[in-house]
Amino acid sequence: MAEHQEDVHEVHRHPAPTGFIRKYIFSIDHKVIGIQYIMLALAAVIVGMIMSLLMRLNLSWPGTSWPILETLFPTGAPGGVMTPEFYLSLVTMHGTIMVFFVLTTAPQGGFGNYFLPIQIGAEDMAFPYLNMLSFWVTLVGFIVILLAIFVEGNQSLGEAFTALGPSFAGGSGTVGPIGGWTGYAPLSTLGKIAGPGQGAGMNLWVISIAIFCVGSLLGALNFITTLLNMRTKGMSLMRMPLTCWAWFTTAVLALLSFPVLLGGGILMLLDRIAGTSFFIPSGLYVSGLLSGTNPNFPLHTGGSPILWQHLFWFFGHPEVYIAILPGMGATSHILATFARKPVFGYRAMVFAIFAIGLLGFFVWGHHMFISGMSPYSAIAFSVLTLSIGVPSAVKTFNWLGTLWGARIRFTTAMLFAIGFVSLFVAGGITGLILGQSSLDLPMHDTYIVPAHFHLVMGVASIFGMFAALYFWFPKMFGRFMNETIGRIHFWITFIGVYTIFVPMHIMGIVGMPRRYSSFTEYRFLDSLHPLVVLVSVAAIVTITVQLLFYFNVFWSIFKGKKVTNDNPWEATTLEWTTATPPPHDNFAGVLPVVYHGPYEFAVPGAPKDYIMQTDTTAEVPSGNGHNGKH
Amino acid sequence: MGRVLAVIIWIITLLSVLLFVSGKWWFPEGISSHAPALDRQFMITIVVVGIAFAAAQIGLGWTVWKYRDTGASADRAIYTHGSNRLEVLWTVITAVVFITLGLMGQSVWASLRLNDAPPGSYTVEVVAQQFQWNFHYAGKDNKFGRTDPKFIDDGSLNFIGLDANDATGADDSVISSLVIPVGRPVELRLRSKDVIHNFWVPQLRFKQDLVPGMEIKVHFTANKIGKYELACAELCGQLHFKMRSYMLVLPEQDVQALQQMPQEQFQARMAELLNQYQLPTY
Repeated sequence: MAEHQEDVHEVHRHPAPTGFIRKYIFSIDHKVIGIQYIMLALAAVIVGMIMSLLMRLNLSWPGTSWPILETLFPTGAPGGVMTPEFYLSLVTMHGTIMVFFVLTTAPQGGFGNYFLPIQIGAEDMAFPYLNMLSFWVTLVGFIVILLAIFVEGNQSLGEAFTALGPSFAGGSGTVGPIGGWTGYAPLSTLGKIAGPGQGAGMNLWVISIAIFCVGSLLGALNFITTLLNMRTKGMSLMRMPLTCWAWFTTAVLALLSFPVLLGGGILMLLDRIAGTSFFIPSGLYVSGLLSGTNPNFPLHTGGSPILWQHLFWFFGHPEVYIAILPGMGATSHILATFARKPVFGYRAMVFAIFAIGLLGFFVWGHHMFISGMSPYSAIAFSVLTLSIGVPSAVKTFNWLGTLWGARIRFTTAMLFAIGFVSLFVAGGITGLILGQSSLDLPMHDTYIVPAHFHLVMGVASIFGMFAALYFWFPKMFGRFMNETIGRIHFWITFIGVYTIFVPMHIMGIVGMPRRYSSFTEYRFLDSLHPLVVLVSVAAIVTITVQLLFYFNVFWSIFKGKKVTNDNPWEATTLEWTTATPPPHDNFAGVLPVVYHGPYEFAVPGAPKDYIMQTDTTAEVPSGNGHNGKH
Repeated sequence: MGRVLAVIIWIITLLSVLLFVSGKWWFPEGISSHAPALDRQFMITIVVVGIAFAAAQIGLGWTVWKYRDTGASADRAIYTHGSNRLEVLWTVITAVVFITLGLMGQSVWASLRLNDAPPGSYTVEVVAQQFQWNFHYAGKDNKFGRTDPKFIDDGSLNFIGLDANDATGADDSVISSLVIPVGRPVELRLRSKDVIHNFWVPQLRFKQDLVPGMEIKVHFTANKIGKYELACAELCGQLHFKMRSYMLVLPEQDVQALQQMPQEQFQARMAELLNQYQLPTY
């Protein structure tokens, strides 16, 4: 590795751009691209949160008129009351935007892009232009998904799309397609005849996802190449921070899973606009029309709805780990830093990340126990799913081990990292219920499923990102975020998310189905109404508090307390050895040389309680087998 | 700060556990023969889950309480990179517990899904369509008439495409609610005309998708007479939330009597019975 290091860096050295557009807009600097991804996620998460707010209003106060809604969505909420189709389009778009444009962008494209090259001592990503391309492709995907909202919501825009063909007719009075983020066929492939929200919005939905897949693939290639080829002298694999291991494994998952979704998405689009039948079986009778007897419903034959589910979940389950692994990496990193202690069981943590990544490809069938697939394969998927709990538990034990005997400094970043551990346990542990094929029989598609995945892949991941932002903000912008606002943000969000999602488990046990726009039709759900209201109130408070976070981010960029020291947290890894913010080539022409493992805190006899990876003076006791010297 | 965080984590843990053990909200009473085994497996699992959840949160709270940096002394944290013995210990323990749970969780599944319905099961064909359930009963001759999508015509109420040329179908009934005998195995043959739906009666403790292009068979035995709500649990479009029907569990002879009736009479009598029986109190 070390021999050809010099050549690699010659090839990638590029001068700092001077013009505004090349510096901040079409930038090839991984740091600027990272911030662009984070800004994209901050924009997307607002859309997703407003949608969840509207959903909660509709669920807990059904039939109530919200006059502002009528002003904004005259067809989606006539008289200010949301229609069922409007609600379902909110469900779909909330899920799609959050999973793809928030949970897959900020953790990996955002923080990974900014800090992976710096933490391994590289000047940039391996392919800077490809990096720029992956961001802009992703942004196009986001614009297309926003277009899906307007095409369905705006009558005249929807009609304009009809010129592209009958399957492109929009304007159904919703804010996007109806299908949930999983877009199960054949509802998603039949077109307008299957009801509102199946026209132009659905086409744009699947096109957006396909574009997103391309962007993510390009990014994944770049991450993998950079990490394998561009580590600086002394940065052996086992000296890498756990963040780098997490981003690397995430990139491998993305590289192997996004192509499958891309293929599936293309097939779905062909079913919708080209009359193919990949996911549509023969003999369907929809809205009074038999397939093949009407120009609006051409003949379909030979397709399989379950095929879409296999393709989707072959991607969809690794996607869960794509969302959570970077949060795990950031949490390990931040816990060690503020515990002032080495990560407990660094090697075990690396193996656990790998095991999660590997097993993550063999469990997708647990989403499909009751789909009609073979009951024998359900048994295999079930046992494999329970096994994936083991490396997850190992990570939790090691986080607790890291905190044991520590000297914890409670910065806002640390609070969110501890919150991550708490939420990861709370959300992950119910996988033991949902992963059992028997117990899935009653639990499937009830509220315990959103409770489980929101806690673990939604909120825990977001807590990982909050921790990361409060932690790295000083390095990125040269100013601290406000700690007082940060703490208020933490306390209310932490209590708020538990209040939102714990009661949802109970709803699931009672049997409340998800994706219902109203619970008024069923008597067995009546007793849950107080919990439904409680969840909504908690959601309104929690979402409102996020305004504080937004204020803190944008105020601190310009007015935050200035950083006076390149290593304000007394941390050990390479990003803290360079200037603040780092120069265009990260290390001002002199690449660092690494002598120590990533988390040498509290070393006995060392002058300070931390030894930076580049420190040439301090001695780290050998013999514990974990300092990466072999 | 550490103490506040610890106390808040503990309070959240306590309230979460209380919400589950309060018993105010739980499964409705199970009425299928596999429900007791399933409920027992659920209880075992949720006790394990609850213990693991509480132990991890209490431990997390304890570390942040005890190991906060008070600044009172210059002592450093304990210098350790871990313990291979502990790693092996907790990996093995969790692997044993989790995989045991996973294997135990297969027994109910296997009893329901790996076998065909026992001979002599009472059979109903279920054909779902957007926002409506159709239940097809075999009639006097106990034989299902042939169906084909090409005969489907919602306008003339032939919802499932019964073939008028097939004599075995002449006595069949297709009505909008489900009636089954108590204490006798029941087989449902599930189909869908348009998109994926899902058959869900909470008291039966199972769900099954109805997938267009497939016929999926499920079997169970209901052992309590009564009227139960039947829901669609797979997003099927605009009015998914009100794709509701009812399931009546009746004594064998009552079900037989219904099945002998011509369709109009069957439908009318079902309407009476549905009025007569009350839903369980929740």
